Amino acid sequence: MELLTPDPGLVFWSGLTFLILVFILRRYAWKPILHAIKVREETIEFALEAAENAQKQTALLEKNREQMMIEAKRERNKLLKEARRIKKEIISDAHNAAQLESEKIMESARKEIEKEKEEAVHELRKQLALMSVDIAGKLLEEELKPTSRQMQLIDRYLDEVNFS
Amino acid sequence: MRVFILVIFVSFWGFTNFSVKASDKDVYGRNETEEFNPMDAIIDHISDSHYWHILSYTNKDGQLAEIAIPLPVIIYFRGRLSIFLSGEFNHGTRVVEKGGNYFVLYHDKVYVTGINGNLDLNEDGNPNNERPLDFSITKNVGSMWLSAFFLLWIFIYVARRYENHPSTPKGVQSLLEPIILFVRDDIAVAQIGENKARKFMPYLLTLFFFIWINNLIGLIPIFPGGSNLSGNISFTMMLALITFLITNINGSRNYWRHLFWTPGIPVWVRFFLIPVEFIGLFTKPFALMIRLFANITAGHIIILSLVSLIFVMKTIYIAPVSILLSLVMFMLELLVAVLQAYIFTLLSALFIGLAIQEEH
Repeated sequence: MELLTPDPGLVFWSGLTFLILVFILRRYAWKPILHAIKVREETIEFALEAAENAQKQTALLEKNREQMMIEAKRERNKLLKEARRIKKEIISDAHNAAQLESEKIMESARKEIEKEKEEAVHELRKQLALMSVDIAGKLLEEELKPTSRQMQLIDRYLDEVNFS
Repeated sequence: MRVFILVIFVSFWGFTNFSVKASDKDVYGRNETEEFNPMDAIIDHISDSHYWHILSYTNKDGQLAEIAIPLPVIIYFRGRLSIFLSGEFNHGTRVVEKGGNYFVLYHDKVYVTGINGNLDLNEDGNPNNERPLDFSITKNVGSMWLSAFFLLWIFIYVARRYENHPSTPKGVQSLLEPIILFVRDDIAVAQIGENKARKFMPYLLTLFFFIWINNLIGLIPIFPGGSNLSGNISFTMMLALITFLITNINGSRNYWRHLFWTPGIPVWVRFFLIPVEFIGLFTKPFALMIRLFANITAGHIIILSLVSLIFVMKTIYIAPVSILLSLVMFMLELLVAVLQAYIFTLLSALFIGLAIQEEH
């Protein structure tokens, strides 16, 4: 039974020692330790979160980049196609225009030539008439007496002459 | 650590007395020719003492010599406080006179006697003499201060390490951090809850490490260990009392209402429940007190019994069995040391958690 009887001295010293220990350790050990651990835990949590965010960001950027690459490729293809089409168009346009122009030039040249020729024929006729008159005058001068029968004869001859 | 032990030795060496008993009786009052009584020896070993025993041996004159540190005796009797070293009792063989009163030491307890120092023993062999109020620094108190000093030293050191290197635990810091985290997360936060646990953390942490270190010191068989502080009912009573006070001081309105006017049952039953609940208020810390005391004391008794086997059977050939079994017990006691610290802390946290719970 002696073991089960509390001893007031030891009760007193236990209580005193324990309470002093709690107060000193709380001030100089538990608070700084628990605080440091908490700060560290929060730091780790924060860092992990930041890393995860960064990873997400990277993935997003990567996706964006791929998207942009695909778009750029499509754009390039489109541009190339367009350019090819425009090239063809320009060439054919130029071709057509050149043909048209040449035809036009040829036409006008032909017309010019025709006109020139007509004028020349006209001139020639006129000259011939004059010359014929001159010749006739000369003949008349020679014959001294030109008759109307003779004139008719001249015209008929002249008509018979084909200039063309 | 080495310096620390040296300091203890040097400071106590001056007080250490090499006493040679005049009589042929040893410290426990036995005759050497008497039969070895394991019961007395065991009780003596697990009880508190006014001496811090280091070594006994038989000197060349065939007498039993003792090396023990006499500890300060602080007694209060009839309005008079007396402080002296227990060496004055000369292991219970001398009567000490202080202020007209006479004291003797019998089975490590101080009794008031007449001038001749005779004790009035009853049929159980216990003295009927009056006892003074004894506030002596006994072996258990000394051992407790040793543990307190050790805890202060190690945890303040660790706390400093945290200030200097907040991110990397090293050495003893990395040994203690998981235990601190265990007490925080699996005891305090689990039982009390995240927000309120902070307030009780210093108490629970100190409680856990204090019980644990004292359990361990109790397991060291040689000086400066060997005390049975955590197996002493005074010590466990004080700790249980503190838990009891913390629990009830922090008790919420809800807790008291459940205690004295349990809701949800018929009114007449409530009257019957009041005494039941009231008793329950005290049985919880009482169980705490008894559990720690009984577990640690039982472990000490088993180991001492196994060693006593050698002396009971009076043969050296039983020694290997005794030693082997003691070794197994020691291993178990190492586990019990931490387990009991854990249980005491866990139940304290549980009681606090139940008491501070708000209405749900």
